[in-house]
Amino acid sequence: MEEKRLSVYEECAARGVSRRDFLKFCTTMAAWMGLQQSGAAQVANALEVKPRLPVVWLHLQECTCCSESFLRSSHPVVATLLLDRISLDYSETLMAAAGHQAEAALRDTMQKYRNEYLLMIEGSVPTANEACCCIGGRSARQIVDEAAAGARAVIAWGNCASSGCVQAANPNPTGAKPIHRILRSKPIINVQGCPPIAEVMAGIIVHMLTFEGIPQLDGLGRPKAFYSRRVHDTCYRRANFDAGLFVESFDDDNANKGYCLYKVGCKGPNTYNACGIIKWNEGVSYPIQSGHPCIGCSEANFWDNSPFYKHNPGVKGFGIEATADQIGLIVGGITVAGIAAHAVATNIRKKQLIENKSNE
Amino acid sequence: MRSRRLLLREIYVWELPVRLYHWLNALCIVLLCLTGYAIAEPVAILSTTEANFSYWFGIIRFIHFAVAYVFLFNFAFRIYWGFAGNRYANWRNYIPLKKSQWKELFDVIRVDILMLKNKPVDTIGHNTLASVIYFAFFGAFALQCITGFGLYAKMSNAWFPKLFAWIVPLMGGDLIARQVHHFLMWFFILFSIIHVYLVFYHDYIERHGVTSSMIGGWKFIEEELATEEEIAETVEKITKSVHHKEHV
Repeated sequence: MEEKRLSVYEECAARGVSRRDFLKFCTTMAAWMGLQQSGAAQVANALEVKPRLPVVWLHLQECTCCSESFLRSSHPVVATLLLDRISLDYSETLMAAAGHQAEAALRDTMQKYRNEYLLMIEGSVPTANEACCCIGGRSARQIVDEAAAGARAVIAWGNCASSGCVQAANPNPTGAKPIHRILRSKPIINVQGCPPIAEVMAGIIVHMLTFEGIPQLDGLGRPKAFYSRRVHDTCYRRANFDAGLFVESFDDDNANKGYCLYKVGCKGPNTYNACGIIKWNEGVSYPIQSGHPCIGCSEANFWDNSPFYKHNPGVKGFGIEATADQIGLIVGGITVAGIAAHAVATNIRKKQLIENKSNE
Repeated sequence: MRSRRLLLREIYVWELPVRLYHWLNALCIVLLCLTGYAIAEPVAILSTTEANFSYWFGIIRFIHFAVAYVFLFNFAFRIYWGFAGNRYANWRNYIPLKKSQWKELFDVIRVDILMLKNKPVDTIGHNTLASVIYFAFFGAFALQCITGFGLYAKMSNAWFPKLFAWIVPLMGGDLIARQVHHFLMWFFILFSIIHVYLVFYHDYIERHGVTSSMIGGWKFIEEELATEEEIAETVEKITKSVHHKEHV
């Protein structure tokens, strides 16, 4: 017998979430997603009427910080509605089942909700040696290919799934690749960050449920609603940047005054994320507010663009680490030395050169 | 009195637009490198002021962006002039497609760089090695403009920088585009050092007046070389008109 699939609101009501809390959640989500006022009603309507989204949540080469971040979402509804539902389908971390039972749950979901379920992936896929990441005897790549075949869309959670994160950093021993380099047949949403912000994750799911389509994505596959502005653009320390007031080291007077962290390596000017607006841990703070530079975790290859505490990245292969400026100065020095040598040599043979010219 | 009697002819090599381009370009490069370096490595100011009393870093960035526009359109004009200008400004100089250009290129390397021969290579406009390096430099111009405006696109509401926004996802993000942009700055600095030295070198050895030619446009060329050039030009003109007539 077909069980009735409850809507989000129905599940919330069954779990004792008040109507008021439910509507607060819908309004917050609509605001984060950048919808107009009527959007809140659309979201509320969708969550009330539409049955839950079947979800398969895979964990590959990753640290589960995306799941952890999600759990720390600012709103109780998120945990209730999204996580509880997810655990009904398949998620290694959260489901009760284990072993063969878990495998059966995955198979069931994939069959029952074919072309309907969302495939959510945390982690990258090893390609150098597929044995680096195996679950239930199958490699990450096999699992992704199988699970993606019947998926409506793929959500790549976090930097691992979106661009490889630390596993793909030089020298990338496992040949880790992000999902969009493995899979081309399905639309993929890169929800960047290490981890992504919980509200952003919830916002993507709500968008998928409300509008049933893929949110607008930027050139790197990130939803524009959350990743169209740089951390720099929404930074409350921005005025100090424009005024040229910078923290020179972490314990100086400028740091105490809360000046801009650009010179201690802040990657905010090159990083697209919503940290400055949504913030973390129920909107308490975010790295820059806590006096730490942004490390650029929602950008591809942010590990290779290290060190975190210098704005100019180090260049590998030149000693342990050198910045472009050091290399430039050395090459400049060599050039000047070469010029000097050339000038001396020119003077030595100048007589001959001129004679040759005069005797033409 | 030490003197030489030489039969020289003055040749108008660099037309006014080329000279204007050159000096505007030089000014832009100096300003862009200075402001660019200041943006990458701002000076340390320890002060007790509040941010709203000062805007110097914003102004430095404004100069960088404004000059970048001048640089880009100046560069675009020079490409146009490569088709519209005289034989010394023509684009064909910059891409060695002819065998004679390759021969000259290696000759210049042997004489001017490796110093294996002592007979200077006679040229009126750029020598081929210089031209090829300018061509590479034009490539750097283009890449610098694309990465620069690509990075700038997100800070601007104007439509123009948005035309370059594609480079950022292509390179994999702002971090990488910025690094490329920063590295290329050093290419500009090194080029400038070598460029100025070589101008001095050629003037010192050949005394065609290459330094002042970028001001006045005229160069002093030995009569023999000038005549050769004249003949080559005439032959080109005739073959061109013959081809033209054949087509008509």
